[in-house]
Amino acid sequence: MNRFIKTLAVGVTAAALSAGATFAADYPDRPIGVAVSYGAGGATDFQARIVTMVAGNEDVLGQPIYIVNKPGAGGRVGWNWFATEAEADGYTMSAYNIPHFIAQSIKGGVSYSADSFEPIANWGADPAVVVVGKDSQFNTINEMVDYAKENPGKVTLSGAGLFVGHHIAALQIEKATGAKFAYIPTKGGGAAAMKAVIAGDVLGGINNLSDAFRAQQAGNVKILGVADIERNTEFLPDVPTLKEAGYDVDNASVNFRGLMVKKGTPQAVIDKLAAKVPEMFAHARVAKRMKAGGSPMKIMSRTEVQAMWAKRQETLKELLAGL
Amino acid sequence: MEFLSYFGGVFEPTAFLLLLGGTIGGLILGATPGLSPTMAVALLIPFTFHLSPTQGLILLGAAYTSTVAGGAVSAILLKIPGAPANIATALDGNAMAKNGEGARALHLSFLSSGIGGVIGVLLLIFLTPVLAQWALAFGPSHLFWMAILGVTVIGSLDSRSFVKGLLSGCIGLWLSMIGFDDNLGAQRFIFTDSLAGGINIIAALIGLFAIPQVLDMFSKGRNSSVIEAIEVPKQAFMESLREIMRSGRSLSIGTIFGSIIGLIPGVGGQIAGLVAYDQAKKFSPDKEKFGTGHPEGLIAAESANNAMVGPSLVPLLTLSIPGSPTAAVLLGGLIIHGIFPGSDLFDNHPQVAWTFINSMLIGQILMVIFGIYTASWAAHIARAPVPIMAAAVMVLALFGAYSVQQSMGDVYVMLSLGVGMFFLEKFGFSAAPLVLGLILGPIAESNFTTGSLIANAQDGPIIYFMTGTLNLFLIVLVVASIGYSFWSNMMHGKMAKAERATS
Repeated sequence: MNRFIKTLAVGVTAAALSAGATFAADYPDRPIGVAVSYGAGGATDFQARIVTMVAGNEDVLGQPIYIVNKPGAGGRVGWNWFATEAEADGYTMSAYNIPHFIAQSIKGGVSYSADSFEPIANWGADPAVVVVGKDSQFNTINEMVDYAKENPGKVTLSGAGLFVGHHIAALQIEKATGAKFAYIPTKGGGAAAMKAVIAGDVLGGINNLSDAFRAQQAGNVKILGVADIERNTEFLPDVPTLKEAGYDVDNASVNFRGLMVKKGTPQAVIDKLAAKVPEMFAHARVAKRMKAGGSPMKIMSRTEVQAMWAKRQETLKELLAGL
Repeated sequence: MEFLSYFGGVFEPTAFLLLLGGTIGGLILGATPGLSPTMAVALLIPFTFHLSPTQGLILLGAAYTSTVAGGAVSAILLKIPGAPANIATALDGNAMAKNGEGARALHLSFLSSGIGGVIGVLLLIFLTPVLAQWALAFGPSHLFWMAILGVTVIGSLDSRSFVKGLLSGCIGLWLSMIGFDDNLGAQRFIFTDSLAGGINIIAALIGLFAIPQVLDMFSKGRNSSVIEAIEVPKQAFMESLREIMRSGRSLSIGTIFGSIIGLIPGVGGQIAGLVAYDQAKKFSPDKEKFGTGHPEGLIAAESANNAMVGPSLVPLLTLSIPGSPTAAVLLGGLIIHGIFPGSDLFDNHPQVAWTFINSMLIGQILMVIFGIYTASWAAHIARAPVPIMAAAVMVLALFGAYSVQQSMGDVYVMLSLGVGMFFLEKFGFSAAPLVLGLILGPIAESNFTTGSLIANAQDGPIIYFMTGTLNLFLIVLVVASIGYSFWSNMMHGKMAKAERATS
């Protein structure tokens, strides 16, 4: 009898293992969806469309990837949906934005945390920059900070929402300079925040490097500083980092974008995606389109992203503790 | 006149084929409930990867114009507005179709779309530099007053009773608060995960308009008088053309309001049709005919929602600021080809910019031709027996609501709102003011929040919201609009009393 149970157990385990193996071997046998937590046309949406465009190629995933937009409340709606309702079968992925979702989970009121998701790979890193309108009285970040010190709370800075990269950058600038700013979260993401700067509704703003670069090319804004540890030599070689300007602001606000799956997805599927997705991001056609759009790329493997998530979790906890 | 020299690009074989394909495809996508112009354009973006920038933009531009007009087809024939832009079209258009005038309604709708659209694009061509500055003049305080101005027309919109109109508007405003607050992230009235994202406007539209209708059809049962369908008389195209020529007033009201509203970033085409409809009603000598299948309302609504297309691209093309969700998707389509809207576009890629704009001009004309062509057979839908219609509309409503963001939550929201609206209609409430409340609520709220935050950093909310020429002008309009509503309501009451006394 004992022996029978043992045989049975072995048999079941073997069957389960082989089922898992065939599942992974077949995966993916139908198109894969990627839920983007921001609206169609935003930077995350359109970059996600570019980096997934070669997924259908036989040497990549062999199945196309399609985008589903689930916008609302700075990404909370989409990630809540992903954490609570999506299936953990590898056929629904989500695009992540760091520091956004980690900061939101630290502040609470959402059904996810960094532990709810498994990163696959990172495709881009978009630092936050400080922008002002083309006719602004400020020509350097120091002028702006000095003005804010003399007029506490009077310098309005627009950004894409609360507890997104832009807000984190604003908080870091306040902490590093001791000056008080008025951060204005706008509805409608980075584009609306940029509109507020160009139209003069606010004195300045924090925005994505890629969007600010375009607005600067169009002659609408001046870029005063980059919230990163080194200058962006590709797009903005002449703009100093905030650190160079004398303020202790690191890269905690840099907007990392990549793909993740839900916790509980079969390990074989995660492994397959972790191997193939970075290749997909590195595809020559993807790189060409991303460069044309002024979108800085930063491809990171699953292990690198895991380390980055853990590090962000710590920094953000510390930064947001006082709020 | 620079644009004239780039007309050749539109008629290159590939470009023209794309324009044709985009227009026809757009009409079909637009007529599908649940597929808004924004989604249709987003779906086409991957196709443009393989095209040159100019060709890609032609495809996207053609799809944008024709989906807006195509939405009129389902609004008229099925009373399912494909997008917020077509709500006002459904009011009189569907009544016309029910009277057997579906073909006439479709003819008028495409002709007025075409006329409004061409004027809108011409505004884009000739007045872009002037208009760009104008679009920037609207800050949070002005957008807040604009939304309040919109709220003031709620009472008079598609409702016999002023008070019931206001009440349904209030229900709409309340529904719009459900979900996360977009500025500060506060959660409101979320008791189920389906509501976490708030009420999706497209799902709500489908539920509020289509479901009460379906229930109504079912409640009539299967007696023979219902199963016998109405006759569809033939409608000569020339006759429709003559009719549109005579409708100068509603055409100009629609075009003017559509162009102005389209230009303002953040308000967009969602309310252009409704506001134009309401104004056409106020200026019309046959006020009481509106809502019963009166062509004037249809013409104003459709000319407005296509007139808005051209001006809505002004902030995008000149300042790289997308004024509407659809413009945001178009921006993405430009950027992936390495073209940045703004001075760069017109200085360094004039052939792209002007060919795109010209193709929208030609696209409007193609859209009218194909639209009229489909009208001749699409109108026969009215011949379908009622039970079959009810089933078909129900299926379309379910698919439409699900496809917006592939979420069953939206389907539940759609069904609950629809059933609720069915009972509200029994008490004389109507869906249009409710939807207007649903659209205007978030605009008013988020701009008030943003404005207050800015005001606190400056001189306080009273100075921020109540001073400045544009603010004062909008406040005067708001007061005038409220005053007019009360006055006309009182006059109406007096007249009714006088009538009763004499009879």
